[in-house]
Amino acid sequence: MALNKDQIAQRISRELRDGYYVNLGIGIPTLVANYVPQGMSVTFQSENGLLGMGPFPYEEDVDPDLINAGKQTVTTLPGSSIFDSSMSFAMIRGGHVQLTVLGAMEVSDRGDIANWKIPGKMVKGMGGAMDLVASAENIIVAMMHTSREGDSKLLPNCSLPITGVGCVKKVVSDLGVFDVDPARGFILLERAPGVSVEEIKSKTAGRLVVVGEIPEMTF
Amino acid sequence: MNKVFSDAGAAIHDIPDNAVLMLGGFGLCGIPENCISALVTKGLKGLTCISNNAGVDDFGIGLMLKTRQVKKMISSYVGENAEFERQLLSGELEVDLIPQGTLAERIRAGGAGIPAFYTPAGYGTEVAQGKEIREFNGKFYLLEHGLTADFALVKAWKGDTDGNLIFKGTARNFNPMMAMAGKITIVEVEELLEPGQLDPNQIHTPGIFVQRIFQGVNYEKRIEQRTVRKRP
Repeated sequence: MALNKDQIAQRISRELRDGYYVNLGIGIPTLVANYVPQGMSVTFQSENGLLGMGPFPYEEDVDPDLINAGKQTVTTLPGSSIFDSSMSFAMIRGGHVQLTVLGAMEVSDRGDIANWKIPGKMVKGMGGAMDLVASAENIIVAMMHTSREGDSKLLPNCSLPITGVGCVKKVVSDLGVFDVDPARGFILLERAPGVSVEEIKSKTAGRLVVVGEIPEMTF
Repeated sequence: MNKVFSDAGAAIHDIPDNAVLMLGGFGLCGIPENCISALVTKGLKGLTCISNNAGVDDFGIGLMLKTRQVKKMISSYVGENAEFERQLLSGELEVDLIPQGTLAERIRAGGAGIPAFYTPAGYGTEVAQGKEIREFNGKFYLLEHGLTADFALVKAWKGDTDGNLIFKGTARNFNPMMAMAGKITIVEVEELLEPGQLDPNQIHTPGIFVQRIFQGVNYEKRIEQRTVRKRP
């Protein structure tokens, strides 16, 4: 069975390391914060000016002056700090964030990512995505493997306007986990439970490398 | 020099049609609510608005879009406003979409006397079109220019009559840089104080950047996504 959104987030949380500063994009990536491994200390950075983002508040603690990049109300934690947007992007652009998790509409087999515009249909803007993908040490994409119509979103080339070139290091889709090697393409590392290599091959339009026995993910 | 004005209407009295404005805020957090209302009441037209977002359909800058007062937006994300997206797709509204970090740094640079700087954001994308590109240590960067405005409309938490400001929580966001980059910076505060009531060590924006300040009223502080967790 293909992974659901929470399982994609849960699998990505296995990439967290103790002491990491992490930026989570809107959508599926925000769920990664719910699966930080026990005993691990990870600090979440919110591009709108908060380091040490805490969970959603209790009803009585809702503060309109404390939101995350997705405009959701949040809390601070002991050790949190607050700063302005130029400081926030200094952290991001200056390479101080170890891991960025983003959604995507398309990823190419050379690591290009498209996630901000569908010309003529959806032009919401890029927000902080271009800064994040141009600067982070480590970029993991959380995405659906195919579109609603069944077309592959892991492509030889992005057809949509690009957010960044050659920047994606890893993809976790609802079908599997892939390293991205610009020289070779998508390297299949793990399959979703019950999903076959054949199904993944048939739904991946970009170069796909399958070496040896591919293990199933466990939850 | 007296920086204190009675209210938003007085503070914006000389903003003309076609002015270039900066408006603070991220989403609806930290927006200059009183000045936006006053701009709508005044009925100014042809405005260029530099602001990270465009509000929602019926609040924030969205109010000015409804009344067709905005000719051009310079923003990084306008997804929360369906009317905005519609005006953009139909060509009624001119829009420059700029990466958020680039927008923040362009505004900071504008206020700080830095005419231009290099950033990696947008290299290889349509944002790079027409821009000078330079390589540093094997990585490619775009040349971006400082941004200023005729008027910067800023929301702060507390400020004194010298214009020194402190901000609360994530309502800070673009406000401090915009305060620097406005030729005339107008600040609305929740609490207007006397000089000396703010600890100099705690000030976020020194008063040198602020020309006008007034006590704001009736802040709605609308929340876009009221997300909560249950007690166990």
